[in-house]
Amino acid sequence: MPLEQEFLQYPMRRHGMDHDRYEWSNLFERSPIEWPGKKSMALLTVIPVEFFPLNPVGKPFKAPGSMITAYPDFRHYSTRDYGNRVGIYRFLKLFSKIGLKGSFAVNSQVAERYPGLISDIIADGHEIIAHGINMDTLHYGGLDEKTEATQINTCINTIEAISKQTIKGWISPAYSQSFNTPDLLSAAGIEYCGDWANDDLPYTMRTKNGELINIPVAQEISDRQIITNNHHTEESYVQQLKDQYELLQDESSRFGGRMMSITIHPYIMGLPYRINALKEILEWFMQSSTTWSATSGEIVTAFNKSKK
Amino acid sequence: MQDPQLYDYWPYKNRKKITWKNNARIAFWIAPNIEFYELNPPKNPQRTPWPKPNPDITGYSMRDYGNRVGHYRMMEAMDKYNIRGSISLSVAMCQHHPEIIQACVDRKWEFFSHGIYNTRYCYGMDEMQERAIIEDALKTVKEATGQTVAGWLAPALTHTEKTFDLIAEYGIKYTCDLFQDDQPQPIHVKKGRLISMPYSLEINDVICYNSYLHSPRHYGDIIKKQFDTLYEEGEESGTVMCIPLHAYLVGHPHRMKAFDEALAYITSFKDVWITTAAEIADYYYEHYYE
Repeated sequence: MPLEQEFLQYPMRRHGMDHDRYEWSNLFERSPIEWPGKKSMALLTVIPVEFFPLNPVGKPFKAPGSMITAYPDFRHYSTRDYGNRVGIYRFLKLFSKIGLKGSFAVNSQVAERYPGLISDIIADGHEIIAHGINMDTLHYGGLDEKTEATQINTCINTIEAISKQTIKGWISPAYSQSFNTPDLLSAAGIEYCGDWANDDLPYTMRTKNGELINIPVAQEISDRQIITNNHHTEESYVQQLKDQYELLQDESSRFGGRMMSITIHPYIMGLPYRINALKEILEWFMQSSTTWSATSGEIVTAFNKSKK
Repeated sequence: MQDPQLYDYWPYKNRKKITWKNNARIAFWIAPNIEFYELNPPKNPQRTPWPKPNPDITGYSMRDYGNRVGHYRMMEAMDKYNIRGSISLSVAMCQHHPEIIQACVDRKWEFFSHGIYNTRYCYGMDEMQERAIIEDALKTVKEATGQTVAGWLAPALTHTEKTFDLIAEYGIKYTCDLFQDDQPQPIHVKKGRLISMPYSLEINDVICYNSYLHSPRHYGDIIKKQFDTLYEEGEESGTVMCIPLHAYLVGHPHRMKAFDEALAYITSFKDVWITTAAEIADYYYEHYYE
């Protein structure tokens, strides 16, 4: 039996991408981007604020950070909750000290559980973006469109009611999307999302409801990737982030503004023995005269301005 | 079959002395994999292209980073040390991103076939189907670059029992699919000639970064160590060293410095033939093939 004929047919073999969501473009041939104050390096700091249910369904997969042992997995449940109680306050204290602005990607169920945490984040001048309902309510190919629209609207409405802010940014739980997600996000008033890590600068996506900006949040240098998945040391983490910054900074002198994007989880980098490594690298970024610490919304505003 | 009898057993001692071009003791080449992964590929009965349901945008965008960003960064580093790439090419890249193909043509890089897409696997293909992808690869690369494909690395390293016989029949000179040696070796095929070209899974950035989870600095170190040993042994009989790369991995900012330093190290030695896979193959056929 040979393979089905479908397997040797290539209907999307054509110039450009094999979908219509965005155009291909070479990072090094774009018009140089300008950040405010002539800074060359935008520093985007994303802090996921996540709720991991004790009884995950894991459909169609368990999001990284989900429960691991047989039910009831109190060890991982409380380990994740540590992040939202202790680790995140270590972050807030550090950010205030060094003047860093964060973009906090919040599961709406965290906002419901801990409205005081949301107030504290806002009081310190940080940005709130939406991050789905919880880490077991995923967006994925095969999810019914109406169900997904409800998930998105529930999340945004809940966070807006609690934060009293208009939510414009989105990161999907586990960065997972269906074919419909960008269309549904823009229908819900979302202007930018951070799910596709395929670039070093923001770019424009097409949706049924107009443009959506994708901010590629680097996943290869997230704390989850370097510390949790790769088991590298804190020293190596700092080294890798410095190397990332220096290379992008070098490019910025030739190609225009660059973006250094990092993701730090309160339950990973917020541990007592890791927080000083985080402090070291964030201070190092902030001491550079080229750094513009910005929220995702500010980066999108500057990107849109630079486009015109 | 239990034993495919692909090649003879050659102990690594008392081998015929190989001396590479200009009396070099080591032939060094770099294999950038320039690949296209599809957003919505059909499922091969033996292997699902993506771990998550289509669209697996995390895996897809990770690969797409190479085509938007990584290749250009990798090219700049290789230009700096005058190293031409031998490209393991998903040939559909000639349709999707001819701009990237042109940047390689401009650099006189070499193209060999890595199948149509890296999300299409050969498992379960009958002979006519496998012939179709070989013919497609030869034709597509010829039309896009003027080059005749001389080498093969099966898409996603997926094969059939007939793969080597078929590619040899179509005049392919070398295969990167076998990992039995640090020197080229004749492969047993029904018609024509074929040699194995040392490629490497062990210092391949996919394996080092995604399987062994090495840090960038550690990866740079093991490239240097791999070189040191093969350089030393090359005095007795010439060796081949390849660094297989994927711009979606090595092309990230935090990994470029260590990679750059490794290239600076290798190119600082004498008696190193910095070349391409087809040039190594031609030299081997001319001087050492028996």
